[in-house]
Amino acid sequence: MISTYASDSANAAASAQRMANRKIAKQGRTIRVKIKRCDGPGKASRWETFNVSVSERGMNIISVLQQIAANPTTVEGKPTTPVVWDSGCLEEVCGSCTMVINGKVRQSCSCLVDDYAPAEGDEMSLEPMSKFPIVRDLWVDRERLFHNLKRVKAWVPIDGTYSLGAGPRETSAKQETRYDLSQCMSCGCCLEACPQFNIEPDKSQWDTSFIGAHAISQARLFNEHETGKQLKAERLEVLMGPGGVNDCGNAQNCVKVCPKHIPLTESIAAVGRAVTIQSVVNFFRG
Amino acid sequence: MATQRVIVVGGGLAGLSASVRIAEAGMQVDLFSMVPVKRSHSVCAQGGINACNEVARQQGYSEYEHFDETIYGGDFLADQHPVLEMANWAPKIIDLLDRMGVPFNRTSEGYRDLRLFGGSLFKRTHFAGATTGQQLLYALDEQTRRYEAEGKVNKYEFWEFLWPVISDGRCVGIVAQDMRTMQIRAFRADAVVMATGGCGLVYGKSTNSVVCTGAAAARCYQAGAWYGNPEMIQVHPTAIPGADKLRLMSESARGEGGRVWVPALKREDGKWGPNPRSGQDPKTIPTSERYYFLEEKYPAYGNIVPRDIATREIFDICVNQGMGVANENQVYLDLTERDPEYLAKKLGGILDIYEKFVGDDPKFTPMRIFPAVHYSMGGLWTQFSKGSYMPAEPRTKHKSGSRSPLNAEIGQGMEYGSPINSMTNIKGLYAFGEVNFAYHGANRLGANALLSCLFDGLCCGVSVVNYIRNDEQASKQPAEMLTSSAYEAVVEQEQAKVKALTQTVGQGEASPATNPYVIHKELGVEMTAACTVVKSASRLEQCRNKIAELRDRYSRIRLGDAAAWTNQTLSYTRAVGDMLLVSEAICFGSIERKESRGAHYRTDYPDRNDAQFMKTTVAKFSKPAKTTEIDLLPIDASLIQPTARTYGKKDDQGGAGGAVKKVASPEWL
Repeated sequence: MISTYASDSANAAASAQRMANRKIAKQGRTIRVKIKRCDGPGKASRWETFNVSVSERGMNIISVLQQIAANPTTVEGKPTTPVVWDSGCLEEVCGSCTMVINGKVRQSCSCLVDDYAPAEGDEMSLEPMSKFPIVRDLWVDRERLFHNLKRVKAWVPIDGTYSLGAGPRETSAKQETRYDLSQCMSCGCCLEACPQFNIEPDKSQWDTSFIGAHAISQARLFNEHETGKQLKAERLEVLMGPGGVNDCGNAQNCVKVCPKHIPLTESIAAVGRAVTIQSVVNFFRG
Repeated sequence: MATQRVIVVGGGLAGLSASVRIAEAGMQVDLFSMVPVKRSHSVCAQGGINACNEVARQQGYSEYEHFDETIYGGDFLADQHPVLEMANWAPKIIDLLDRMGVPFNRTSEGYRDLRLFGGSLFKRTHFAGATTGQQLLYALDEQTRRYEAEGKVNKYEFWEFLWPVISDGRCVGIVAQDMRTMQIRAFRADAVVMATGGCGLVYGKSTNSVVCTGAAAARCYQAGAWYGNPEMIQVHPTAIPGADKLRLMSESARGEGGRVWVPALKREDGKWGPNPRSGQDPKTIPTSERYYFLEEKYPAYGNIVPRDIATREIFDICVNQGMGVANENQVYLDLTERDPEYLAKKLGGILDIYEKFVGDDPKFTPMRIFPAVHYSMGGLWTQFSKGSYMPAEPRTKHKSGSRSPLNAEIGQGMEYGSPINSMTNIKGLYAFGEVNFAYHGANRLGANALLSCLFDGLCCGVSVVNYIRNDEQASKQPAEMLTSSAYEAVVEQEQAKVKALTQTVGQGEASPATNPYVIHKELGVEMTAACTVVKSASRLEQCRNKIAELRDRYSRIRLGDAAAWTNQTLSYTRAVGDMLLVSEAICFGSIERKESRGAHYRTDYPDRNDAQFMKTTVAKFSKPAKTTEIDLLPIDASLIQPTARTYGKKDDQGGAGGAVKKVASPEWL
């Protein structure tokens, strides 16, 4: 598993390979797309393979699934149902269409088939994320991810929506730090890649299971805001407890798979330090 | 005592700001969305949000000028009082977002930075990188989560709105379906707010998200809600062509200095003509062979003319004058003259999108772009109560930079808190955000969409609360106490629809004629050809016939999935039926509006005709005939007199203009 989320140099090589593939890809070819399917919670999974004709440059996994939906027939000629998947903006800002493509988690809208399957007969595989319960086929239930944002109180506690003038002034440097963190689209890539974050269908366990890099980073985002930091102690209290920042095993996969290049390991380190200071404060306060 | 509650359908900026405002007033909110609200289409808004600000104010700008720009930009079709109120609220809305922690870009002194945007000569657009919509939506999502944690908002995510429940002349709830379990059930409420966005998907490929089908609005429309100005569809000038969608390249790219050009050669008569080197590496084309057509034609506004004008000019260059890059439908949008570091800071998000999908880095290579369907100015028709500003005569157009005739106090445009603000013609049924037809007239100015969503939620959210507390019927007969018959009837109606659709699975031979994906694709191609940049009576008639053919084929639709669990095919096919009706309203509205105004350009009626058509098109669904009927309603133009909308155009080239003079082939995609 760890090897899938390889070193930076291996990732750079893979990225260069994709760009090279994009250049040599011939339009009009047929590729094979293997999809792991499941009819619903508790049902067994199965693989189905489809032929997909790549007719235009820039075809992504979304267009592959749309083509299959219009005529769902497997390579064996067996009629089947359209594949179920989650999608939204199709431009990598909404976080909906995360799946495991060729063994690696990513957004499917920004995954171009030219990059991965440039030649006739090349095969790609699509699987649902494994760390969340399956709804159907490639669609998983990510409620826990949003629940964890509640745990860390990921908001600024404003006094209400009445007109009360501007917010706090902020330096450009601070804004840039916060903006980078604030681009987290709750896609779940960091959780899929994390060895410490495991599937947990039992909701009563959510509050004590590892919270994940995304929520730790969001806690840091709001702790960095002048008004948001009013809740800093409460956030750190949660992150100090079971399932908090100390459960991070430092595999550093999260930062490698984040499609928005959010400095997740920096956030984990920063929150880790803040938690330590907070525990010292708590100790002296008794 | 019964709990008074509001249903909000849609969790984008309009729906979330409404939820927060209504929950804050102490009323229970049930929030329905087909997607987790954080994934709503508002995330796609890039460029920014407009508001008068201190720097612009000291240069002569005012809320009043923002209002004037919006009316002029919309080609005098919008009712004027609501637009005035929106402009007056704008600076307060920015302050509120600032308090919520939106990471607006900052100046060296730590104030909010500003950028230039289409239709204004002042910097009045606030922004967070090039993902402003995402950042605003997240701020509202966070506040909503806070209320959710306190139990004041219940979220129903992955629930699809199916139909409004109307009893005794007022809306008292909805029927919705769980997209996972497929359960259909009724929900009671004392008022319902539709905040369901636009309808880009009727055009097949657009800049919209996959949920922007217009189906929710179409369902209200079939239930008796009126639809205003359906024909007013904005085609954004700059998008990246793609196989599954057309990705937006924000207007902020032009606001930050992006220049639009095509390779061309200046002929002896002084006009530009095609350049045989077009299509070669753009960096090898010398400056003397680059035609910066927007800058030449609009010396004052240059590349930041409003969207409808830029779109028609790009269309004219490619389709009529044959000067598109490599003779294809594309022009260059060139940022390479700007400092790469500056670009990364101001536009990072959108430049990444281009590089990811196309492979070139726009900081060093000009982008190839073309227009795409982007926004619906039209939507559910809504009402308003005029505010206190009532000049004896409409004023002449505001001179840019001159003193504002009024202060910006709340309540001058609309009466604050009036229960009818943004209420449809159905009592208790409201429409907020893009699904509301108000504010943008015949063309929306860039960076006014986020504003109108938030304005509806924050201002008109109060109207919803007042309606429930004060209305004779709503306050005395809470939905919770009504008999269940009205609810049961709608549940049965929707269950019958689902049954009819799922029964078709495996019936007869599969055929493209009755395949929902094929019908949608054909609809998209037809609507794009007939109802976008240029329209004509003959082409629109052809479109009317095509829609009739598709509706007929839809009546024999055949589904590919009978699953009783998480059946996306069912939901999609049901929406295709609704999209056909939205298309009909767009097409019929386009036929009846025999003039050119804003985004609506008719080759057979190239001029604006205020006497006959400075009116709202109102589409009404005729239940017996199951088709669209069009009425024209007078508008409120009591504040500013209409003037010609030229944006100071200079035209030595002939051909295109604010109105394209030549008849172009509409088969352009």
